[in-house]
Amino acid sequence: MWKTVIGLEIHAQLLTSTKLFCSCPANYGDSPNSNVCPVCFGLPGALPVLNGEAVRQALRAALLLNCRINRTSSFDRKNYFYPDLSKGYQITQFFHPYAENGYMEIEVGGTRRIGITRIHIEEDAGKSFHDEERGETLVDFNRCGTPLIEIVSEPDLETPEEAAEYLRRLRELLVYAGVNDGNLEEGSLRCDANISLHREGEPLGTRVEIKNLNSYRFLQRALRYEQERQAELLERGEEVGRETRLFDVKSNRTMVMRTKEQLLDYRYFPEPDLGILRIEEEEIRLAGSTLPETPALKRERYVREYHLSADDAKILVSSPSQAAFYEETVKLGAPPVKAAHWLLTELLQHASGSDPFLTPPLTPKAFADLLVSLEKGRITAPMAKDILPEMIEKGLSATELIAKKGIALVDSPEAVKAMVKGVLEGLRPEVERYRAGETKLLGFLIGEVMKSCKGAAQPKTVNQTVREFLEGKEE
Amino acid sequence: MTLLCSLNAREIVSGLRKGLFSPQELFHSLRERTASLDGEIGAFLSRNKELAPLAEGPLKGVPVAMKDNILAHGMPLTCASKILENYVAPYDATVVARLKQNGGWVPGKTNMDEFAMGSSTENSALGVTRNPWDLSRVPGGSSGGSAAAVASFQTPLALGSDTGGSVRQPATFCGLYGFKPTYGRISRYGLVAFASSLDQIGLFGRNPEDISLLFENIAGYDPLDSTSLREPLRPDRDETPKNLPALAYLALPDEGVDPEIREAYPRFLKVFQEMGYPLEEVRVSHWEYALYVYYVIASSEASSNLARFDGIRYGFRSPAPSVDALYDETRTKGFGPEVRRRILLGTFSLGAGQYDEYYGKAFQVRNLIAAELRDLFSKYPFLLLPSTPDTAFTLGSKSHDPVKMYYSDFFTIPLSLAGYPALSLPFCLSGQGLPIGFQIAAPYLNDERMLRLASRYEGIVGGEETLKKRFNLGDEAFTAPPESVHNKDNQSEEVFP
Repeated sequence: MWKTVIGLEIHAQLLTSTKLFCSCPANYGDSPNSNVCPVCFGLPGALPVLNGEAVRQALRAALLLNCRINRTSSFDRKNYFYPDLSKGYQITQFFHPYAENGYMEIEVGGTRRIGITRIHIEEDAGKSFHDEERGETLVDFNRCGTPLIEIVSEPDLETPEEAAEYLRRLRELLVYAGVNDGNLEEGSLRCDANISLHREGEPLGTRVEIKNLNSYRFLQRALRYEQERQAELLERGEEVGRETRLFDVKSNRTMVMRTKEQLLDYRYFPEPDLGILRIEEEEIRLAGSTLPETPALKRERYVREYHLSADDAKILVSSPSQAAFYEETVKLGAPPVKAAHWLLTELLQHASGSDPFLTPPLTPKAFADLLVSLEKGRITAPMAKDILPEMIEKGLSATELIAKKGIALVDSPEAVKAMVKGVLEGLRPEVERYRAGETKLLGFLIGEVMKSCKGAAQPKTVNQTVREFLEGKEE
Repeated sequence: MTLLCSLNAREIVSGLRKGLFSPQELFHSLRERTASLDGEIGAFLSRNKELAPLAEGPLKGVPVAMKDNILAHGMPLTCASKILENYVAPYDATVVARLKQNGGWVPGKTNMDEFAMGSSTENSALGVTRNPWDLSRVPGGSSGGSAAAVASFQTPLALGSDTGGSVRQPATFCGLYGFKPTYGRISRYGLVAFASSLDQIGLFGRNPEDISLLFENIAGYDPLDSTSLREPLRPDRDETPKNLPALAYLALPDEGVDPEIREAYPRFLKVFQEMGYPLEEVRVSHWEYALYVYYVIASSEASSNLARFDGIRYGFRSPAPSVDALYDETRTKGFGPEVRRRILLGTFSLGAGQYDEYYGKAFQVRNLIAAELRDLFSKYPFLLLPSTPDTAFTLGSKSHDPVKMYYSDFFTIPLSLAGYPALSLPFCLSGQGLPIGFQIAAPYLNDERMLRLASRYEGIVGGEETLKKRFNLGDEAFTAPPESVHNKDNQSEEVFP
């Protein structure tokens, strides 16, 4: 049986207003080559100046991942030629990264602690667009110089599922802290995987690097394919090549990108244009003080404090904006369990987009108002479901809408009795059949009553009153 | 009015203040001077065609020529290379911006060794520069154009860049003061990088006071250069102590120094003795390794710094069927042989298999040299030493032998490796009438103190007078009435037959 060893290298763009070494806006979606200057465009004579905001963001990520912060670190040049690399080298931290020796916990059956070897700060490259028709390549340098951190895990992951879970939790953590926007598709979060196979008790196998795995699904599929490919080779007594491979989504296979012989020599050396990066105790403390509650702690608290199920807590916490909306609703007086259920079943039906609560369909105040009215019996659940779309559409509160629509709750016993009597007298044949023993008609009769009052009476009271009528107690 | 060119920077500032002449008159005088003799000297690669309005400031009206690796907005920037032959600077270097803010202006861009790699300006792809003292000789390099421009009175001041001696050596070859400040005192923003950890913008002048005036107005912390120092400038004049400390002077190596320089050295030292300084001879044991260390480190950094000249975004591009071929063709045709040699040397030194043996080892020895000099400067306020092992050599005499050429920087490189401020000073003329100069170096941040010592030295040696005499631009030139000015002008042209 083969044992799989997986480590992930994750590049995360830091959310900052400007680039890593110049004051250009870090908006690479703008029109091509509009956010460039002599520094990021690599003009002669330009020099880099480190962006303090990027260092603070990087520090927050390192603290969330329980890393040791190196009080002094430095930058190096990674030299290679590529049209979208403006200076002919990338400024990175090769010899002395700013953070090392961290870990993150994931839940796969039980809790597993995955080691973080190092995190370093570096700059992104531009983007090339190949125009096959015209045989031209165009380059957009807006992204060139955008700040990144590279998070390198220990080879502690054992299955493709664990790898996906690690990526999922890491993404969640970074998005929570506002360090990264979590967009795997557009590449603001990128994942490369290293994988090797070996037999229990034997030395580690040759590792293969797989590049650009931009979804949880592709990551798992690529790793599964690679597990099988390497196992087959090893079974046949062949060697696994030390290669860099690319995952091809269409064929569902990994393909060779570079063999060992083609591996580049990046000629790393210390960046002479930047001094030592010194991080003071105070900066670490400040960065720590701005950290949010981690998703893991939040989930725990939801179960403990709000008595939610572990599943509900996990789903609510999966998006920071959704969790924030939920907490605000509860803070405004909504009962926590009811709020969770209504949010996840009713409200989500009316929401759209990948992160619907970034611009929630209604305010937490309106949602809380609805849930409180429901809890206090001022309205019934069917009424609440009925008015929710209108609340969202018109931006009205539940209280306003109830008043405006003139929906009155039939809540006095007398009124319910009168209403039940009125409805059931119009259904004589069915009442007779019930009384003759056809008791399954009860549901139908209750339904008719509810329908006639448009849900404006408490189902419990209606149920009780109908039974009493049918038993003839009221005659 | 042509003889306005004989004025130094302080005379220009005061003459303009007094209304003795206008900035336009000065501008035209310098243009005429260049028109009449730069055809033979070749100091400038490009000239400013008009004088832009000047700002008010302590440098009001002062022209400062720029080596063509320093960006001046709207002017060409070639680095004397084919790869940038038609490039126009899109922004001002910090030094140029500060010069303009303080009332100064840029008369033109000067020739140099391509990308500042060389010691004779013969590596320029765009033209030859000759030494104004003897047109068969080199002006030195790599900032040879700036040195020649100041020495031939086409500008009172010029900036160059000094990576291993590229200001101090040509200053000596041309009989000037050449100042390389403490690493980090002058912003490198807008200086095209050769070897970032060594590059420092340097100043050429015909006297130390002009250099001080310019230095005070362009130096100082720049947020755009992360290696620039935050220490404030210290132009305040401190009192000379009663008991003068001993100065160190470097023991000459047994070989490799021109006999006339060897013979002049004790007389140079005597100037300081007569000022009242005791002198003590010192030796720096790792000095001779500095040359090797320098060529590994500078070439390594250059191989990376010059990677941006790839034909993709600007500059020369040689069309080719693939991107790799485009790089090969563009860089092979765009760079000259010395630049290619150093890129290859640097690329090799940084390679995964060689890093420890070359770049890594050089880095260690650099630290040893720095430690030894730190020790020396903890004991002495100044170090006196030669500036060059040789006087200006004839064109073509060393260009076939790069290693011999590299030896030109024997006395300047160790100070660059450790970032110390150093100044070359003119001293006397050789039997052939060529300038012989020496060097002072000082502890970190003692730039101003060193310039003040040089002022006293100039008062005794009179380097500026020697230059004026050589080019028939005596003191009477400016004070004389306009009629006689024309006569003088004619005479000055005869200097360069």
